Amino acid sequence: MIELLQTTWNEVPLALQIILKIIVIVVPIMLSVAYLTLAERKVIGYIQVRIGPNRVGPRGLLQPIADGLKLALKEVIIPNNSNHYLFLLGPLLTLAPALVAWAVIPFDEGVVLTDLNAGLLYALAIMSLGVYGILISGWASNSKYALISAVRMGAQMVSYGIAMGFALVGVVLAAGSLNLQEIVLAQEGSFIHWFWLPLAPLFLVYFISGVAETNRAPFDVAEGESEIVAGFHVEYSGMAFALFFLAEYANMILISVLTAVMFLGGWLSPFQGIPGLEYLFSWVPGIVWLLAKTALLLFFFLWFRATFPRYRYDQLMRLGWKVFIPVTIVWLLVTGLAVMVHLGPWFD
Amino acid sequence: MNIEPIVFYLFSTILVLASVAVVTVRNSVFAALFLVLAFFTCAALWILLEAEFLSLVLVLVYVGAVMVLFLFVVMMLDINDTLLREGFTKYLIPGGLVAIVIIVEMAIVVGPENFGLDKFADPVARAADYSNTKELGMLLYTDYVYPFELAAVLLLVAIIAAISLTMRRRPETKYQDPAKQILVRREDRVRVVKMESEKIKE
Repeated sequence: MIELLQTTWNEVPLALQIILKIIVIVVPIMLSVAYLTLAERKVIGYIQVRIGPNRVGPRGLLQPIADGLKLALKEVIIPNNSNHYLFLLGPLLTLAPALVAWAVIPFDEGVVLTDLNAGLLYALAIMSLGVYGILISGWASNSKYALISAVRMGAQMVSYGIAMGFALVGVVLAAGSLNLQEIVLAQEGSFIHWFWLPLAPLFLVYFISGVAETNRAPFDVAEGESEIVAGFHVEYSGMAFALFFLAEYANMILISVLTAVMFLGGWLSPFQGIPGLEYLFSWVPGIVWLLAKTALLLFFFLWFRATFPRYRYDQLMRLGWKVFIPVTIVWLLVTGLAVMVHLGPWFD
Repeated sequence: MNIEPIVFYLFSTILVLASVAVVTVRNSVFAALFLVLAFFTCAALWILLEAEFLSLVLVLVYVGAVMVLFLFVVMMLDINDTLLREGFTKYLIPGGLVAIVIIVEMAIVVGPENFGLDKFADPVARAADYSNTKELGMLLYTDYVYPFELAAVLLLVAIIAAISLTMRRRPETKYQDPAKQILVRREDRVRVVKMESEKIKE
């Protein structure tokens, strides 16, 4: 049976094979995005001693579908004095990078769409494109609040992108490769060997910068509903508005997966190297561990939103430029020295 | 079926059209966006050349950072079209002369004498595990280490110059010192006064 499937799969033309693989990756992402919105409302609800959505379907499980349907049926209003092409291009340009970056994410050993040598650089480069969607839609809306928000967002993403890039240089230094699979394999051993421990400051800087990069609370000055209404998407409605939200949540998942791959051992089991437990859990496929780690990091995103008040804009810039960038530069030196002297158990 | 020529011609057509649009389009925001498109398609062509490191760095640095700052400035401008067109005839002759000089220079440098197909060997296709990131790093930190360091120092000088040009002390503006804010303790701000409750005299 498996052989038959194998031969039929090989018969399929290459282009179609790739398209099928993309569908297999993108459909679950979109589903997770839908249910992440429900998870967010539920988690924040329970943190605030409420129940959260519980009317649509059992325990509110059909809520995301109802929300999606509602947004799809609403009219897309295009403001008269806006730039129509760019106005519609903006949401698309925001969502596309969040999905394209998944091409290099390894889900298990050898399970990856493109095993790119410079995979890490690819993910970083593609994620840096996300800012264009916001800049373009903010400018094309021809609205003051949207423009203010777009400018805020642009400055924020460029500043935190630098700290993020520096943190990743540390990972590359420690793993000795830009390939995401090799980065995971360099963390093999036990959960002490994962890079979160030797690169702890970079791990924190990367994850917090990730929160800023995805424009989530407490760094959501671009939305800032108390200051600039809703920011760059104030003029959007219906499906065009929904695309911004899909992009925000897809970016959250992407940042979480990348953090899990680079700092938390990717698909590696947390029980590796522990006698007894390692054998007991050896049947669990690697992708389950990766998804579990991603889910944990996503929970942090929701937790942050329910806990911290929004940063003031100058505080946010200060944190990015005067705290994160010096911390990463210092820790790059430390990592370089540790790699040079083959400090065990990580770099021997 | 060989897909490479199709990809090449597709992207080079977009690149040429986008580059033409950069200089012909009236709206400066559109010009900046077309420049972004040109950079991006250029990166795609470099990928085709198996120069993945350089092409990704092009996207990361030029598209992801430099052009964002460019757009920033351009988006803030409120440019009047008719004012821009006023000086057209006035600047036509000097501008045309400069353009001719540039075209001649380009023809000398990248003309058929130096840049023909027969001057260069065909690029060698590398194995899948060939890492040009490693090769580039090796070359940059051995053979070209002095130019590399010189470029770094040059950039540092530029940074310091830019900062010293724009930095000015403005004692009249009120601003917060975060270090002082953090150091403040309860005792500095609040004084709890204990006193007997007063009785109202009859």
